[in-house]
Amino acid sequence: MKALVAVKRVIDYNVKVRVKADGTGVETANVKMSMNPFDEIAVEEAVRLKEAGVVTEIVAVSAGVQACQETLRTALAIGADRAILVETDAELQPLAVAKLLKALCEKESPQLVILGKQAIDDDANQTGQMLAALLGWPQATFASKVKVEDGKATVTREVDGGLETIALKLPAVVTTDLRLNEPRYVTLPNIMKAKKKSLENLKPDALGVDVKPRLATLKVVEPPKRKAGVKVPDAKALVEKLRNEAKVI
Amino acid sequence: MNTAEETQILDAIGKWLERDVRPKARELEKKDEYPEQMVEQMKAFGLFGATIPQEYGGLGLSSATYAKIVAQISEVWMSLTGIFNSHLIMAAAVARYGTRAQKEKFLPRFASGEVRGGLALTEPDCGTDLQAIRTRAVKQGGHYVVNGTKTWISNGIKGSCFALLVKTDPEAKPRHKGMTMFLAEKGPGFRVSKKLEKLGYKGIDSAELIFEDFRIPAENLVGGEEGKGFHHAIGGLELGRINVAARGVGVANAALKDAVAYSQVRKTFGKPICEHQAIQLKLGEMATRCEAARLLVENAARAYDAGERCDMEAGMAKYFASEAALENSIEAVRIHGGYGYSTEFNVERYYRDAPLMCIGEGTNEMQRIIIARQLIARNPA
Repeated sequence: MKALVAVKRVIDYNVKVRVKADGTGVETANVKMSMNPFDEIAVEEAVRLKEAGVVTEIVAVSAGVQACQETLRTALAIGADRAILVETDAELQPLAVAKLLKALCEKESPQLVILGKQAIDDDANQTGQMLAALLGWPQATFASKVKVEDGKATVTREVDGGLETIALKLPAVVTTDLRLNEPRYVTLPNIMKAKKKSLENLKPDALGVDVKPRLATLKVVEPPKRKAGVKVPDAKALVEKLRNEAKVI
Repeated sequence: MNTAEETQILDAIGKWLERDVRPKARELEKKDEYPEQMVEQMKAFGLFGATIPQEYGGLGLSSATYAKIVAQISEVWMSLTGIFNSHLIMAAAVARYGTRAQKEKFLPRFASGEVRGGLALTEPDCGTDLQAIRTRAVKQGGHYVVNGTKTWISNGIKGSCFALLVKTDPEAKPRHKGMTMFLAEKGPGFRVSKKLEKLGYKGIDSAELIFEDFRIPAENLVGGEEGKGFHHAIGGLELGRINVAARGVGVANAALKDAVAYSQVRKTFGKPICEHQAIQLKLGEMATRCEAARLLVENAARAYDAGERCDMEAGMAKYFASEAALENSIEAVRIHGGYGYSTEFNVERYYRDAPLMCIGEGTNEMQRIIIARQLIARNPA
């Protein structure tokens, strides 16, 4: 069974993001980039399914600028077998990525697509859902446990009320939540081995997908600065302030 | 190796350092406990084979990339680098000077970390004057019989194989022509007499080793020829000095980062201390030392990787970077004030670790002499 895993190149989670002076976006020049952490969980899950003998081949895919190759090399070093980059300098929005992934699914015919539930840059949380809708495949988002056997996937989801377990017929789309697994370390020998794995480069046109943005960003601003807190001497004073100043109790 | 791959390697190690090393380093250091679990992780990372050629199962990294790894790890816990540094210098001696059979026998086991060890050069009454060693090896049939004592041997307790420098001809003139290097695997007649207690550099086992009628097969004589040992040892020291310099860069950076962070949250007279000029002068000097030390290490590593003679460059890097570590760590202690003297903060550890780099792998006094001698030799009158 083939698994397709989508990975996104984002600003590293340790970087303090700065808004550009002209308000058109955030600074990305000379900023450390790495794989979206939820996508790393997705790759790890696919590798675990392969190690368990469920998945036979893992194809890591990404869309974006040429440097996304580095993100794909990391996926290969974690354990993906080969990679495909849909290279474009265009600004990619979730719908365009979902369309590209749909085209790749038609090309590769995977039984399982695993993606991060959202990317830590735009926090959109849309691509997995859009992909499932475009393909007409079942979906299980926010997965904290995935079991695949007998042509179906049993997925435990993290929902508001607690956990929900659902069964899906394959092929299906799964998006990962934080607690699904803890990704392994990429070891140096595997980084070296990843250099020899295949990385195919495609253009959106070759997949017949129009990636033009549908949404326009009007302005990007810093969140308002938080005011300094106040210290209260005891619980009584806290209750008093909550009741009379904050008016929340 | 291109920049992207190097970045990928450093990222992978950085994640490990943040997740598994930083939270545990202070406790292990306090207890002077050998970091068994981290050693297993370093094995999996391939660090014990970092600079060993790929054909023998290593990663074949350049010394430039390797130095960056050493600096990065030292920034979190310098002791860890001692576990594979000395080991890799031993491996480098085999890779550069060993026979084909020795390379095939030892290097794959070194690379996997299955066999670990280091260099055994220093003796109780000689270190800098290496040609004065007294450990003796006498040939008896297909073996050499070794008697003597070695001290300050990194990995002496946990390691099992050492590049052992001995005298095979104590009467030779010049003295170095009587020196020979062997690969000594622990066995009867080879024992650890004691673990050495130290100011810093905790967690790693520095030991005294005693050889009493210890028999080494003649096939373990590095390069198969007597009298080349001094050359083999010195050849490894250039790389060793680049490594120690990289450790200095790491410790100097750690001291700077902690000092910058602390100075932004600690307030005196109504403002963060980083806004006082007295602290700014210190931070400015510390940051400049870090940058200069890093560039000197990069320059020495580049020369080493290009196969150029680099004793002067490695000496400069080692001298400057280790002094930078020492100066930055005491400045970090001062910036932290009373907390700097407390074991609740890491800066006191940097201050205890830094002198090792000034003394080990050739004292800084010796480095300045090496630099001057080369300077004169390269600029004849």
